[in-house]
Amino acid sequence: MNADLELDCRGMICPRPVIELARHVEDVPPGGVVAVVADDAAAAYDVPAWCRMRGHEYVGSDHAEDGVARYLVRRTAPPGR
Amino acid sequence: MSTPPGTYLDTASSEPLHPAARAVLDQALERGYADPRRLHGDARSARLLLDNAREATAQALGVRPDEVSFTPSGTHAVHLGVLGLVAGQARQGDRLVASAVEHSAVMHAGQWHAARGGTFETVPVDEVGRVRLDALDAATPTVLCLQSANHEVGTLQPVSDVAATSGAPLFMDACGSAGRLPLPDGWAAAAASAHKWGGPAGVGVLLVRKGVRWRNPFPGDDRVDERTTGMENVPAALAAAAALQAVVADRDEVNARQAALVDRLRAGLARIPDTQVVGDPADRLPHLLTCSFLYVDGEAIVSELDRRGFAVASGSACTASTLEPSHVLAAMGALTHGNLRISLARETPAAEVDRLLEVLPEIVRRIREDAGL
Repeated sequence: MNADLELDCRGMICPRPVIELARHVEDVPPGGVVAVVADDAAAAYDVPAWCRMRGHEYVGSDHAEDGVARYLVRRTAPPGR
Repeated sequence: MSTPPGTYLDTASSEPLHPAARAVLDQALERGYADPRRLHGDARSARLLLDNAREATAQALGVRPDEVSFTPSGTHAVHLGVLGLVAGQARQGDRLVASAVEHSAVMHAGQWHAARGGTFETVPVDEVGRVRLDALDAATPTVLCLQSANHEVGTLQPVSDVAATSGAPLFMDACGSAGRLPLPDGWAAAAASAHKWGGPAGVGVLLVRKGVRWRNPFPGDDRVDERTTGMENVPAALAAAAALQAVVADRDEVNARQAALVDRLRAGLARIPDTQVVGDPADRLPHLLTCSFLYVDGEAIVSELDRRGFAVASGSACTASTLEPSHVLAAMGALTHGNLRISLARETPAAEVDRLLEVLPEIVRRIREDAGL
């Protein structure tokens, strides 16, 4: 899936990938997709949990070219969350 | 750097030794050294203490003495309970099913079973961590594992209801609740751990109901009790039994006091921004509460609290012995980072709960600020 913005969180440990996601989700237009590329195991659970807490849509996961997991989030919540 | 005497809020990991256990332990160490199988007076003395320990434990837990075995740990009791039931039902099938939030001791037993050709599956839980009954119905287990209460988030599991409708023998990990709450009905085998109720470490309790098909899954031994291997730690077993009796005797008062403090904690934590308090708010263990702070590093918060004299646990990956986050929080769909498990001691005063609620908001705010938020 194509993302409007890809955040390279390789090598970051929890909760850093989620912090990066929170910082940059509003860099895409409403309805846009942010991809979080993270090798930290907690991201698999914390990205969806963050989406539920913040009202964004968790689209699912795939893999970056190097095989690292990539978590996709659609910006659906109003600004300022 | 020395730490001032602090407030211990990690009793769900291990409860301090109960005064009743300490008194008994001193005496039992004097008299309980011999091998209870031998035929001399010293052995008879040890055997008497072991029988007393078994009887007192049975009475406190509401089971028969011949259903009680002492093991070297709660973990070992879990392994024996799970795999012994599996071995006992070998002719019926090999399908071991567990809730997704069981203690790692159950998960490791399941993986051990799977590595030897058996089937091991987990069934999902809802957002408070309670096993989903519809998923259980579909799982058709040969043996079913369900804890009495979750050790990380405190949610009680519907063991009696599940046992009443499931045809499979049920193994109940009761390590989280034994002593604190009466055992639910319906299990075929169960396990408990003495250091979780104020007994010494190194004493587990395996319970196998009379008439249940259970077979030792490991090499056996020639002990007084055919379910155990190695010489029992007789003084520790007696001390564990004394602590259990004492805890059961005053649990109504202690539970009510702890539950009120946990409610106070819950209300206070809910006022900290972006905090998830997890687990069932009402149908739960009386003494523990778990929450996750968004954007907070679990290790940082545990260290900050330690500096202020609070000992708490965390299920976050960065604080665990593995790099994996808590499988319990993950199965519930809760945040796995920034996690704290606060578990009260019998004597934790309200003032210490209030002090914790005083320092936490500032610690959380600072960690978030340091992270650039």
